[in-house]
Amino acid sequence: MTDLSHIRNFSIVAHIDHGKSTLADRLIQSTQTVADRDMKAQLLDSMDIERERGITIKANTVRIDYLADNGEKYVLNLIDTPGHVDFAYEVSRSMRAVEGSLLVVDSTQGVEAQTLANVYQAIDANHEIVPVLNKIDLPAADCERVAEQIEDVIGIDASEALQVSAKSGIGIKETLEAIVHRLPAPKGDRDAPLKAMLVDSWYDSYLGVVVLVRIVDGVLRKNDKVKFMSNGTVHHVDRIGVFKPAMLAVDELGPGEIGFLTASIKQVRDTRVGDTITHDKKGADTPLPGFKPSIPVVFCGLFPVDSSEFEDMRDAIEKLALNDASFSYEMESSAALGFGFRCGFLGLLHLEVIRDRIEREYNIDLITTAPSVVYHLHMKSGEVRDLHNPADMPDQTLIDHIEEPRIKATILVPDEYLGDVLKLCQDRRGIQLNLTYAGSRAMTEYDLPLNEVVFDFYDRLKSVTKGYASFDYHLVGYREDNLVKMSILVNEEPVDALSMLVHRDRAETRGRAMCEKLKDLIPRHMFKIPIQAAIGAKVIARETLSAMRKDVTAKCYGGDATRKRKLLDKQKAGKKKMRQFGKVEIPQEAFISALKMDD
Amino acid sequence: MPEDWENGGFGLYIHWPFCQSKCPYCDFNSHVVASIDQDRWARAYLSEIDRVGQLTQGRILKSVFFGGGTPSLMDPELVHAILDKVRKTWRMTNSCEITLEANPTSVEASRFHGYHDAGVNRVSMGFQSLNNDDLRALGRLHSVEDAMKAFDVARNVFDRVSFDLIYARQNQTLENWRIELKQALSLAIDHLSLYQLTIEDGTAFGDRYAVGKLRGLPDDDAAADMYDATQEICDQMGFPVYEVSNHAPEGAESQHNLIYWRYGDYAGIGPGAHGRLTLNGIRHATETHTAPQMWLNAVETKGSGETLSEALTAEDAVTEFLLMGMRLTEGVDLNRLQALGGDRFSNNINRMTEMGFVETKAGRLCVSATGRPVLNGVLRELLAD
Repeated sequence: MTDLSHIRNFSIVAHIDHGKSTLADRLIQSTQTVADRDMKAQLLDSMDIERERGITIKANTVRIDYLADNGEKYVLNLIDTPGHVDFAYEVSRSMRAVEGSLLVVDSTQGVEAQTLANVYQAIDANHEIVPVLNKIDLPAADCERVAEQIEDVIGIDASEALQVSAKSGIGIKETLEAIVHRLPAPKGDRDAPLKAMLVDSWYDSYLGVVVLVRIVDGVLRKNDKVKFMSNGTVHHVDRIGVFKPAMLAVDELGPGEIGFLTASIKQVRDTRVGDTITHDKKGADTPLPGFKPSIPVVFCGLFPVDSSEFEDMRDAIEKLALNDASFSYEMESSAALGFGFRCGFLGLLHLEVIRDRIEREYNIDLITTAPSVVYHLHMKSGEVRDLHNPADMPDQTLIDHIEEPRIKATILVPDEYLGDVLKLCQDRRGIQLNLTYAGSRAMTEYDLPLNEVVFDFYDRLKSVTKGYASFDYHLVGYREDNLVKMSILVNEEPVDALSMLVHRDRAETRGRAMCEKLKDLIPRHMFKIPIQAAIGAKVIARETLSAMRKDVTAKCYGGDATRKRKLLDKQKAGKKKMRQFGKVEIPQEAFISALKMDD
Repeated sequence: MPEDWENGGFGLYIHWPFCQSKCPYCDFNSHVVASIDQDRWARAYLSEIDRVGQLTQGRILKSVFFGGGTPSLMDPELVHAILDKVRKTWRMTNSCEITLEANPTSVEASRFHGYHDAGVNRVSMGFQSLNNDDLRALGRLHSVEDAMKAFDVARNVFDRVSFDLIYARQNQTLENWRIELKQALSLAIDHLSLYQLTIEDGTAFGDRYAVGKLRGLPDDDAAADMYDATQEICDQMGFPVYEVSNHAPEGAESQHNLIYWRYGDYAGIGPGAHGRLTLNGIRHATETHTAPQMWLNAVETKGSGETLSEALTAEDAVTEFLLMGMRLTEGVDLNRLQALGGDRFSNNINRMTEMGFVETKAGRLCVSATGRPVLNGVLRELLAD
């Protein structure tokens, strides 16, 4: 156990690709926390998807033992946090477990939207913040300008910003010294009753649920009986330890320390993030202030392509949910797609990550339906209902009005692309709140309906700005608007998985775009197929997919019988990738592609 | 009780795998080599005929077909030796059709008398186009003039002459095709094969198409218009369609190809030749070594060029029966379909009948005029689970 004065707890905040994980790697490596032969890039990103996409999804922790220049030994606990807006919640709770932050800014790029979002979380958590200018050895580095920008835009002193190249190992020693000398030591009382903050938890197939804790007061020992204060459950602690970053058992965890416990807990759902853990006997009376629970904001249906895989999919979803309390699911049955699940996510990236994990780790092909947000339906009866799925929309005449979630979006962009960005935001029903400049970069804030952002806003933004814009958002509340349910009919049959809520003024445009897209996405059939968009019984857009006219093999002789027969078998297998709607087969990719707007 | 194959009869296919050059659209098993030891090949063919003859003793041969490759590169002596062996191995029908595929050049025409003396009674000539620019684009070595001269020789030597054209070519208009087709029909003797150009994987055209460099091909609608025009013009000129791409006045159909489409039995001899043989009451699919040298070595050292003789499941057999039979205007016999286990398709047949793609006439199921251009789709529906 380490004395409080020799502990430093910190996190690193940065925009994606500004070098957060590389800096963490260097800090770990230069202190010999991990032997060189075990070192791999982005050490803390353990999921395949994290490594592939170069993003951090789950917060990770590592304890670094550091011998400082003053000859003293320090324990540095780093919590590596996700950078993406979808996982802002993970960031906020991780921030609460540490006292300081390194603010990493790419000195060739400057401050970006995620930098802002994350640094404000650090400021909210009363962190001491040390600015770190990274990638200083690149020719395009401009430390002076970026330091100025940090002062202008964020409003913190950057005069003593560290100059680092994590990739080349420049400034790493200075960073470690700054952590020791510029970040505060944690406070806590060793003799007070135990108060440990439940920072995170996840499922490990060998150990059961692993709980990441930050000890605030008191001491946690192996074999202690502890109580989770939110629900009063009592557990026997069978293991405690720290992450180096592999799990290492220790005898006790004292104030200011970060580590883990296991207590034969079976489900992540039994551990509430933000909960306070104390001793069963002689415990604390009052819990630490808790966290706001994370709430799913984006919903979509996930269906197995092969309906016989439904049970496998249920297994996969249950297993993933064990480890991710922010993801919700319930069974859904669609006339068109059969049985599947309506799932709730923190955002689109979260959706993609979960979907990719089901497809890859469990080898199940999925159909994803149009992502939707949660609408508040104010019924004429006075009742207020949440609508997660447009297919469940009640009769419009029973509804008094509909409210939709709005976000405040922050977008930073080089000014040459500003016009395109403003147009995109206007087209998506945005209301401009603010527009300021920092050098040649513009920062704009918009009030936008979440349902306009949820699907492809970020892709469009990247495309109109050639990838130079950065974007972040948070929910600001609900507001009434003129929303209607638009149905899509293929060959006169409504396809529930394609129905959506749209603003009345945008319905015709969206409807036409969807019909045109579907006309290209659905292969020609033996008969002509009308494709319509409708509000209630009123058709607002229509396209006709003409019948197939030519599909016959020119030559088929004795040597072709086998080949033709096998081709037919292959086509039958390919049919599994299609969904039958009445007499029409719709390829699975159509459900997502039809929604993409090329506006 | 007669076996199912007897409805289609029994034929022999002989594959000659060599060409002078490889055409960019062709995915057949053909090879270009510097020299060929025709005596050695003769011994191998005769040995294979012996082997297959053992399996098919007592059958009556309805047709022999020399295909390729370019069989008109065979020495007439080689064809003679093969046909002598065939006559010793099987009894033949009086009207046994013996066809040889020929390129329309003067060199090859000079062998026509020899083939005729050997017993060949029908040639099928690969004209492909009546337009010199298009012949070059298709990689053909002959000109229209060559073709006309060779055709004159052929029709003096043989009673039955067929020729092939390829249409829906690059930059071909509907109007150009109508003119070319009428010209072709004015030359035609008793049979025409009219194929829409198909871009096959693994061909030079396929490679060019994959990288977007094969331009000017008609789209599906334009190709459909050309197909419709083809039917209309051929009907008017007395060459009705009897199979998707084949036209002939009644009685002049290719007897050999009818064996395939009527799902009879056929022995396949030569590199890469496929066969269907009913052995011990079960239909078998047979295949041989595709590479010419491999086939030759296998025949010489192992006494057989065969690589596969697989019993088809009842399901595979009924699938093939429909795949082949529905290509014919005459369609398939419903009793035969039922005997092969085709009852399970009756719902599909009813649905396709309602939609007007198939019709039932005198106990036969056939594709309608609207169904024929989309026969692949019709078959997918008919054979759906």
